[in-house]
Formats: sequence, C-alpha cells, structure tokens
Amino acid sequence: MFRDIFNLKSVGPLVVIFIILLVLPPIIPRFYTYILAVIFVTALLAMSCNMVVGHGGLFQFHHGAFYGVGAYTVALMLTKTSLPLWTGFIAGPIIAALTGLLIGAFCVRLTRLYFGMLQISLGSLIWAIAFRWYSLTGGDDGIHGIPMPPIISSQNSAYYFTLIIMVICLIILYLIFKSPFGATLQAIRDNPERCEAIGINVKRHQLIAIVIATFFAGIAGVLFVVVESSVFPDLLFWVYSLEIFIMCLLGGWFTFAGPILGAAIMISLRTFVGIYTEYWTLILGVVLILLIFFLPEGVWGFIIEKFGRQTKEAVEGGSK
Amino acid sequence: MDTGQTFTVAALGSQFLVGLSRAMILFIVSSGMSFVLGVLRVPNVAHGSLYMIGAFAAFSISTLFGGGATGFWLALILAPLVVALVSLIAERSLFCYLYEREHLMLLLFTFALMLILGDLVKMVWGADYRSIMAPELLRGSVNIFDSPFPRYNLFLLIIGPLVGIGLWLFSNKTKVGKIARAAAVDREMVGAIGINVSWVFAFAFVLGCFLAGLGGALVSPTISVTIGMDHDIVIEAFLIVTIGGLGNMWGALVGSLIFGLTQSFGVLFWPQFAIVFPYIAVVIVLTWRPRGMLKSVW
Repeated sequence: MFRDIFNLKSVGPLVVIFIILLVLPPIIPRFYTYILAVIFVTALLAMSCNMVVGHGGLFQFHHGAFYGVGAYTVALMLTKTSLPLWTGFIAGPIIAALTGLLIGAFCVRLTRLYFGMLQISLGSLIWAIAFRWYSLTGGDDGIHGIPMPPIISSQNSAYYFTLIIMVICLIILYLIFKSPFGATLQAIRDNPERCEAIGINVKRHQLIAIVIATFFAGIAGVLFVVVESSVFPDLLFWVYSLEIFIMCLLGGWFTFAGPILGAAIMISLRTFVGIYTEYWTLILGVVLILLIFFLPEGVWGFIIEKFGRQTKEAVEGGSK
Repeated sequence: MDTGQTFTVAALGSQFLVGLSRAMILFIVSSGMSFVLGVLRVPNVAHGSLYMIGAFAAFSISTLFGGGATGFWLALILAPLVVALVSLIAERSLFCYLYEREHLMLLLFTFALMLILGDLVKMVWGADYRSIMAPELLRGSVNIFDSPFPRYNLFLLIIGPLVGIGLWLFSNKTKVGKIARAAAVDREMVGAIGINVSWVFAFAFVLGCFLAGLGGALVSPTISVTIGMDHDIVIEAFLIVTIGGLGNMWGALVGSLIFGLTQSFGVLFWPQFAIVFPYIAVVIVLTWRPRGMLKSVW
C-alpha cells in the first residue's frame, strides 16, 4: 500500500526539504526560526481546513473556532489545573474534535451558504464566550505567559516539536486523502446527488470529515500555544477564519499541498510587508484580487498546470 | 447570572424600544445586503466597510458644514451617495468582470474589497474616535413608560419603516425594481429579452451599498465612529439575512427584530454575555427552520 502512495520520485525532494528544515535553526537568526514555526502551525491549520473545503466541498467558514478551542483548552489546562502537563496537549485536539462533532452535526443538515452561515453563528458564539468570560479566559486580553514543559520551552525545541508534529500530521492527512474515505469525500464534492443515489451516506461522510479536520485544527491550536505561549480571542474571530479559507484558495484548494504554500505566503506577507507599512491588509487585498483575476486555481494549482509534473496524483479529481 | 432583581414593566418597555431602534439600523443595513444577495447571489463581505465609510463620510460632511443642523441633514443625504459612488467605481472597474466566474470567487472579491477599504479608511481618517452631534431637534430625551428615551432613537423608529416602505415601493412599483427582481429569479431570461443584465447587477449592488451607507450615516450620532466597526455589523447583517431567508426583504426585517430585541433584552438580563444572545437566537432559528423564517428568493 505504502509503495503505491509514496513513490520515491516525489518523496525524495520532500525528504531533502525536511532535512534542510532540521538543520536550519542554528544557522538562521532566531526571528526566522520563529517565523518558520508560525508557518508550520498555520500550514497544518490550513491543511486541516482544506480537507473540508477543498476535498469535501463544504463552506467551512469558521474553522478558526476549532483552532481556538484547541489552543484555549491547552492554555486553560496548563494554567488553571494541576493535571500532568501533557494531558492538556492530548485534551486540546480531543475537545476541538468534540466541538467539531457538535457544531458539525448542526451544520451538515444544511447546504452551501446556509451551512457556512450557521457555522459562523455557532463559531461566533464560542468567540463571544471567550471574549466576555473574563474570570476564565481573560476576556479580550487572553492568557499570556503560559508555562510550557521544560522539554519544549526553548525556542529551538519548540521549533523541532512543531516541525515533527506537523510532518506526522501531514503524512496522516495525506493517507486520509488517498484512502477510500478521501476518494468518497471528493466524489461527494463533485456530485452529491449521484453519491446519494449509489448508497453513500453523504451527511455522515461530511460529518466524519469535519470531525477529523477539527481534530487536526485542535492540534494546530496546541502547537500555536507551544510557539506563542499565549492565546487571545482573535483566534476565534470570523475574520481570521476567512483568512484561513483564503490560504486554502491562495495555495490551490484542489491540490493536496497547496494550503501549505498559501499559509507560507500569507504569513510571509504579513511579517515582511508589516515591517515596511502598517497597511498590510491593503496589500493582501490587492494580492487577492490579482489572484482572483489571474490565478483562480491558486499558486500551487498554477504551478502544477504550468509545469505538469506529478499532475495526475496532485490534482486528482481535477478542477471543480 | 443574577436574576435576583425584579424588572419593572417600565424597564422592559424602554428596553424594548431601545432594541427596536437598534433593529431599525440593522434592518436598513441588512436589507441592503439582502437586496444584493437576492439579485447577485453573493454575500457582500465588504458591506460593513461601506457602512463604516458612510459613518466616516457623515462625520466629514457634517464637520465641513460647521457641525450644526444643516451639516447633519446634508451628511445624512450626501454620505450614502458618497458610498454609492465608491461602490459604483469598485463594481464597474473590477467586480463586473467576475459575474461569469465561479461563485466563491465573487465572495472572495468582496472579502478583498473589505480588506482594501478597511485600510483606505485608516489612511484617510486615521484610527481616532470620531463623534457627530445630532441637531438640536433630535437631542435630549422624552419620557415614555416613565423613563427617559432618547429622541434620536424615536427618529430612527420613524426612519426605519420609511426606508422599508420606500424599498418595497421601489421594488414592486417601478420598472427598474421589477427588472431587478426578475433578474434575481431568472437572469438568463432577463438577458434574453434584451435587458443589459450587467447594468441591472451594477444597479442592485450600488443600491445595496447605498443602504449600507445610509445605515452608517444614521448610526453615527449614537456611537463613536472608529475603524473596526465594520467587522461587527457585517456578521450581524449576514446572520440577519440568513435567518430571515436569503434575499427576502421582509425576512431582513424579521431577522433584524429578532437580533435587535434579543440583544437589548440580553443587556437587561445578563449584561456580561449580552452579545451571546443574538447568536443563540440564530442557532435556534436555523435549527428549527434551516432555510430561514421567510421564503428565500433563491
């Protein structure tokens, strides 16, 4: 099975990239290590979102809610309880997935825009609670200076931890993408009526996809706390969720690896444009418009189309 | 949750009126969004930014004319027109080339527009808090239910239904309005009988944005005008339109009432979590009636 899925030709470059990322931290300045770690977290988040958006065809408008739930869970467990430190790390994704199950169960009854709207409403509910419940969540200030287990408290160890967890998660996500379940999900995206007709339980598949995606969003939330040692309600706000959605589209939402590229572009834009001007969202808006007009398939989708390498496996399912 | 205190009828009544006047602002803004949604079938994420521009433009215009009564009334008329102009430029220069494209791209375009307009407002007006004085006539308060009620809110209670009636007359009694409604139902047919659908869309978009600007100008004396006010209103308008039924004007009214009233009663019963109540209301409505309260035009 593994030989079919990972052929040497495409795995080779990835291993090289991985090794480069492993040896980078002592060489590059600390600031860049930090930025790379943020990109890893965001990339995992965008990948989990794309599993529902790109492969599942659902309007997952408030994915950030689950990210925030994961982050808040681990932050609260580390600061407010005296349970062993690692329980928080396990609880984060599980609570996020449970939230995903609950919200998803409401949402899958609806389709398209109504799905997205109900999700925004439910997600905003979570945001409002985190934003207002000062005694528990610290309200709009959030929680800062969260103590980390000594093993991952230094910047470089946090970097390695994030990198390794992200790589493991991406491999699992890829296996899901290639599994019969992933294929069914993409079939549902392309033609839900026909899938229904041949006996696939469409709603159940969509719900399972949402739960898996929110689980990985929870992992991303935990990693966010590892990198930043803080949480704040902006993570749960709908504007951030739309940014995640855009990362998927920016990179190429019908491809597997696109969202990683989207996240990297987005974080780099924010960081490096932010140094020169406070109007970075203006630049982002202009980039987005250019993208809509010239690269509707996303950057990675464009590269694949243009250079044709590994076209078949990367954009399986084709456009739309 | 402190339900220990008792609520007098007067307190409930005045809170009801406060909620009602809030609902009027929400109705004006969300009916604009609903109109765009009905005809173009795209949720305009930039709607809140246009509302914000309306409020800032009202500030500038009223300051330009000395901040008195004339300034205020002129602002109320001119600010929505400024917003309409901005939206017309955006629509004709970029947005109109996307109508043939996939739907999500239209949504994304409006998001990009929101990002750009948000920063442009920051460039032009800065990040300060601004406020506008209502004219003498609308200042102060009157006694209703033995408790003071701001006159300006009464004014909003009059303006809201007027806008609603105007919009209804426009879309049912004028030729342009009828064409727009027809385009909402079957755009190919409208094109086939020789009407330029692109201009119908432009018109619907500009009218919707005009209403956003009007809402912004109307709300400006009651709040402090600042950047960031776009984020809250756009999500509220979205949810109102969804629970009302997409593209249905009366649905926008019903949704606004639900939203405004749950918010104001929430303040009365549990101030800390007042913002949670409207969202709970939306969840209940959508669970009970997944496609909104009234019939959607889609």
